[in-house]
Amino acid sequence: MPVGSLRVVVSSVSSDAHMWNLVFLQLLLEEAGHEVTNLGVCPPDATVMDACRGADRPDLVVLSTVNGHGHLDGLRLIRAIRRDPELALLPVVIGGKLGVRGGDDGFGERLLDAGFNAVFNESEAPVARMLADFGAFLRTLAGNLAPREPAVAAGAR
Amino acid sequence: MPRFADFVRTAAGAGVLVVQPRMGFGPLDRMRAGLTAVRDCRASTVGTVTLDSYTRVGDFDSARRALRDGAELNGFPLAAHGVGAVRELLDEVSSRNFPVQVRHGSPLPLGLFRIMVAAGVDATEGGPVSYCLPYGRVPLPEATDNWARCCELAAAAPDPMHLETFGGCMLGQLCPPSLLVALSVLEGMFFREHGLPSVSLSYAQQVHLGQDLEALAALRSLAAEHLADIDWHVTLYTYMGVFPRTPVGSFRLLEDSVRLAVHSGTERLIVKTPAEARRIPAVEENVEALEFAAAVGAKEAADCATAHCPPPAETGLLEETRTLLAATLELGHTVGSALVAAFARGVLDVPYCLHRDNAGESRAVIDERGMLAWSRAGGMPVRVHRTDAMAAAPLTAARLTRMLSHNERRYDREDIAGSLLRSAA
Repeated sequence: MPVGSLRVVVSSVSSDAHMWNLVFLQLLLEEAGHEVTNLGVCPPDATVMDACRGADRPDLVVLSTVNGHGHLDGLRLIRAIRRDPELALLPVVIGGKLGVRGGDDGFGERLLDAGFNAVFNESEAPVARMLADFGAFLRTLAGNLAPREPAVAAGAR
Repeated sequence: MPRFADFVRTAAGAGVLVVQPRMGFGPLDRMRAGLTAVRDCRASTVGTVTLDSYTRVGDFDSARRALRDGAELNGFPLAAHGVGAVRELLDEVSSRNFPVQVRHGSPLPLGLFRIMVAAGVDATEGGPVSYCLPYGRVPLPEATDNWARCCELAAAAPDPMHLETFGGCMLGQLCPPSLLVALSVLEGMFFREHGLPSVSLSYAQQVHLGQDLEALAALRSLAAEHLADIDWHVTLYTYMGVFPRTPVGSFRLLEDSVRLAVHSGTERLIVKTPAEARRIPAVEENVEALEFAAAVGAKEAADCATAHCPPPAETGLLEETRTLLAATLELGHTVGSALVAAFARGVLDVPYCLHRDNAGESRAVIDERGMLAWSRAGGMPVRVHRTDAMAAAPLTAARLTRMLSHNERRYDREDIAGSLLRSAA
């Protein structure tokens, strides 16, 4: 795998059947050189968690949801993930339309507190800003995971 | 004939387009108020009860809990309210002059059908393919078996339910019309095969008026051929993809869907509201959209009488659809088994659909003419126009976004251009 390339699981949440957001994210991530496993729509919590275990463990889970139940489904799922010893430290982010009302719902804080590494709530920020933030998050994560130049290489010169 | 179909037929006979909202609320009193407002507005309407996402996936407990805790639901929790309450609600608001359709989106709706039949619901919608591939993870053969039992239950009801196919709306956008029409007809044939006496065939407005007119003409021809011995009508959906953000752009898109309905002889139209780009619309916004659609419909029907009908495109859509139908039906002894086999072999393959039982080898784009076209056929007997630069260009996330927002841009731009013209005048 090339340097800076992440293994990413893309998924909806249990009650959300919207698909285009997932198709888009897969193309976006693949163009940036990442490797995507797309779990598709309406995954039960266990499906998402099982897709992240053992040898399948990705570098990042991206939950995308637009049906307005994200603040409920996302909260339940991230609590289950953080309670699970194997998955407690897995980077997980959520984005989309997370509430029903479409205004500033204040869900972001609650979701971050519950254990998401980042929240991209379309109700709280314009889509372009959200995608820029998401891109920056990916670069930071890829940078942190990229193997550093081995120290001996410098020392041996 | 079920009173739902009877109402639509009577209106069509009088040259009136029936209009219908999408609408669903959690609490009974809000649902009742919504239905009453739709019934009493200045339009020929049927009512809609859209179910919430928990109920759709069979998670009745979560729906019950949300209802009890007063949490916001995105639709009506049918099972949580139960047969008695639903029957009471329908007795109160629905009638021969205001039949109500329950809309659910469930791939395994047998439990919901039991409640709907027991509560005396007039009509519902969906289909073994259209509510399986885009909306869940249920294997297609399992959904097909479940839907067969649903149809038989609905057909055996004291007043058989009217059933609408959702096959003409796959993924809402970016599916070429030949496949939409084929799936709508195939699901209609599946309903007929399982005993339903009255069905409607859906089609969703796409990106080009001429192409949509050609598609709806093909749908009517094929329905007449394959459903000759049962009652049927056609239902058009106002564009289901990414919606314009400006109110004027939204109303212009809605207006074009009414025009499409009237000039294609479509009997029923399911409208969208300007609010839906951002959130679930309020009752007043639905009423406004319904009354607007009815007014445009009346004007267009009058224009039609004096022969101002726009012409359909001539892209060979009927022939391509016929080929898809024939290639599917030869794969099984029943429509259900043929559908399952066709998807397993990729003879039917919905572009961009992530479901595991969809081959996922086909691709569709908006071509140089502004019409939907195949850019990759996969295993389907359809034509790819290799000379079309748009059809040949690579698919990127940015391009997908541009195609998904094609109508949004088109209609919002009209708003901007219109305001410039107005200020110049």
